[in-house]
Amino acid sequence: MATARLMGSSIKRREDPRFITGKGNYTDDLKLPGMTYAAFVRSEHANARIRGIDTARARAHPGVVAIFTGKDMTAVNSLPCGWLLPELKVPQHPPLATEAARCVGDPVAIVIAESQTAALDAADLVKVDWDVLPSVTSTARAATPGAPQIHEVAPNNIAFKFQIGDAAETDAAFKKADVVVKKRIVNQRLVANAVEPRACVARYEDATGDLTLWVTSQNPHVHRLLMTAFVLGIPEHKVRVIAPDVGGGFGSKIFLYNEETVCSWATRQIKRPIRWTSDRREAFQTDAQGRDHVTDAEVALATDGTMLGLRVKTTANLGAYLSTFAPAVPTFLYATLLNGVYTFGAIHAEVTGVFTNTTPVDAYRGAGRPEAAYLLERMVDACAAALRMDPAELRKKNFIPKFDNGYQTKVALMYDSGNYGPCFDTLLKMLDYKKFRADQAAARAQGRLLGVGFSTYIEACSIAPSKVVGALGAQAGLWESGKVRVHPTGKVTVFTGSHSHGQGHETTFAQLAADQLGIPMDDVDIVHGDTGIVPFGMGTYGSRSASVGGTAILMSINKIKEKGKKIAAHLLEASPGDMDYANGQFFVKGSPEKAVPFGTVALVAYVPHNFPEGVEPGLEETSFYDPSNFCFPFGAHACVVEVDAETGHVKILRYLAVDDVGNVINPMIVDGMVHGGIAQGVGQALWEGAVYDDTSGQLVTGSLMDYTLPKADGLPMYETARTVTPTPVNPLGIKGAGETGTIASTPAVVNAVVDALSGFGIDHFEAMPLTPERVWKAVQAAKSRK
Amino acid sequence: MKTKVTMTINGVSYSHEVEPRMLLVHFIRELAGLTGTHVGCDTSQCGACTIDLNGLAVKSCTLLAVQADGAKITTIEGLAKDGKLHPIQEAFWEKHGLQCGFCTPGMIMSAAQILQRNPNPSEAEIRHQLEGNLCRCTGYHNIVKAIQYAAEAMAKR
Repeated sequence: MATARLMGSSIKRREDPRFITGKGNYTDDLKLPGMTYAAFVRSEHANARIRGIDTARARAHPGVVAIFTGKDMTAVNSLPCGWLLPELKVPQHPPLATEAARCVGDPVAIVIAESQTAALDAADLVKVDWDVLPSVTSTARAATPGAPQIHEVAPNNIAFKFQIGDAAETDAAFKKADVVVKKRIVNQRLVANAVEPRACVARYEDATGDLTLWVTSQNPHVHRLLMTAFVLGIPEHKVRVIAPDVGGGFGSKIFLYNEETVCSWATRQIKRPIRWTSDRREAFQTDAQGRDHVTDAEVALATDGTMLGLRVKTTANLGAYLSTFAPAVPTFLYATLLNGVYTFGAIHAEVTGVFTNTTPVDAYRGAGRPEAAYLLERMVDACAAALRMDPAELRKKNFIPKFDNGYQTKVALMYDSGNYGPCFDTLLKMLDYKKFRADQAAARAQGRLLGVGFSTYIEACSIAPSKVVGALGAQAGLWESGKVRVHPTGKVTVFTGSHSHGQGHETTFAQLAADQLGIPMDDVDIVHGDTGIVPFGMGTYGSRSASVGGTAILMSINKIKEKGKKIAAHLLEASPGDMDYANGQFFVKGSPEKAVPFGTVALVAYVPHNFPEGVEPGLEETSFYDPSNFCFPFGAHACVVEVDAETGHVKILRYLAVDDVGNVINPMIVDGMVHGGIAQGVGQALWEGAVYDDTSGQLVTGSLMDYTLPKADGLPMYETARTVTPTPVNPLGIKGAGETGTIASTPAVVNAVVDALSGFGIDHFEAMPLTPERVWKAVQAAKSRK
Repeated sequence: MKTKVTMTINGVSYSHEVEPRMLLVHFIRELAGLTGTHVGCDTSQCGACTIDLNGLAVKSCTLLAVQADGAKITTIEGLAKDGKLHPIQEAFWEKHGLQCGFCTPGMIMSAAQILQRNPNPSEAEIRHQLEGNLCRCTGYHNIVKAIQYAAEAMAKR
């Protein structure tokens, strides 16, 4: 049967025709009758008290409809933090700053006008009387004595202290170590930079009291719940949040932001629709940023390469306020991943979260897991260098052996299934490692510096078991919903709480549903991103859509089949227990000629003239799936580079990736996500980095002229392969694939550069990105040491 | 003070009184209502707003509408002819050259120019000439493949 091959097929995406013809439906494309346009007045200072705001000239500007400041927003609460650690210091985060601005870009007023230009012009006329205070942006300096204090509730700018693992066991491991390798590792701050800037359109209908918010969101239900229940205090059921086509998220569109909250409040005041679209500068200043750790890490080793212990002390910069899920990222998404794919004797990690006068930091693609993988893989290479061991051999020596159902790590997590050795061996074969080392030696003899870098990784995704995350501080459940509506004609609409902003759900979930039901894919439509239509859902992040969202859909399909069996059995005068379903037919087990097609059962369900007793008409089922554990994809990547020691320029010659994400619905789509993830990780290694001036608090890299995104000409074709180790956690065996590339590629690239420069005695770079300047300086410093 | 400008976009004439400071991309999106051309940055880096103006691929956020007075413009909406996709559109679909779709119109318009100038570009030439277009989803791999595929398809025609 043709449909049996849908799972696992690289089917072309059904969302593409609208995108390739310019018919996409993004938030900023929306134009409503009577629409007004918003611009925000923002702080140009990193830390400053508001003495007063003079809006008189702005109000007189032609076309201005309304101007509101924080003082107008009475009965409005602070933007909430959705993940509360014990003794977490939670400062107020008003949608419009009322007393003080804590970072550049903090909004203090909204100007609403008949045109976008009028709004922007008038915003320039708002005069804020600032009392400028000293600021601190440096992660390492934030909690030191004498640093400017940002929030009264957080003495020494400390938001939390967190630890995990066994300190005594780790101390003992270091005592018996033959060799200890210690490095400082700075994981620099990144800006997500989805190419579509954030935007919203808020429309209040006075006659009905209904509010509709179109917003660039990865999780519209979460947006609605946080905004209505926690901030604005308006009834959730009178608010509909729609996330239409969204142009990339990478984490940055998970969170509830000031702007959509203010627009949703303001439309109720002016009773006209309001559109706001971020420009790129605002995106740099206000989209939650990623990473920003300063870490001291040490590994205790035996001379034979056995990894006895790992000790980690990390300071994580949270920015000026706690973004929606900020506290979870450097703790439960980072420190719990420090076991990697290795058998450590002991692990202990301490994390201090600090406030600074910078844009808030939250989840950015990978979120905590790239920081953990980078630390481990950089340390493993530094250990190999210290022991004069081959980095591939050291890895293989310490891999956790194959397991099918559970491995207890030293940092709380229980891995699902893993088989790390064969994955790495596949990589070495693709690379032809032996030959590479020979080529490298030959090239070096000619003065060319080639290097290879490896990385292995583990990811905790398929987020997440609600009970577990609840015990860890999450203020939400992390299940997913899936509703399957069979129409009388046998056509099917699937409603998912997941949201697609590039992931291809409209194709992947249709493949899944059509495959399970044994019907043509054209008979299935996928609906997502609208709280008015879709049952409550948790959205898309943490590589969870296929594994959690897909399983919820599968559960509903199974319910449809069970009900269908009752209806078909009635029509065939058979017992429901004797019925089976395959290839779009309900049939009596052992008698496939006694069958009723899916479409007939659907019609009978809605025209129930001849219907079983006690069965409700209709054919529609809803399920909520809460996973029993995280899923743990893994993989091994390698990067081959050539470094020009004279200029510091790094050229990537090859990039190889072997990932194991469990079962795969659409390999083309998974490969595409791996490619994009790799590019983002390479970006961190070589080009990207948000830089703040620690004196003025200004974001120096505040535009795409200053912040280097990966471009086509700096990247190679990626060589990808997969091993398949299905997860036992969900019935689909799917682990999750959205973030693997980003997690693995940064250390692979940096390790390759270090390998290329090893002849100079270079065994580490404390900071990224490895720009030509940084590489050149390292080479010069190494030469002068010699 | 407003100025009247007239331009032909995808074969249709549009005439509007505009402020001299209005960017061409805003004329296309807000006045002509053609929202396939996107705005992704303020500084001419991202290329999401790339259009064809009198035969040249240009970033429509970098021109004023008044500079395009009298111009003949093709946007992404005008690329398919008689209900048939342009080979580059087909290629992006076939080779999975897009994910979120936001940079895609600009990518396709740039790709059209690349192949117009050089019907048989090398991988390195494609990558170099895509420098003015940013994509955050695909890592460019499948975009390059799509342009190679389109080049082959167009050579066969």
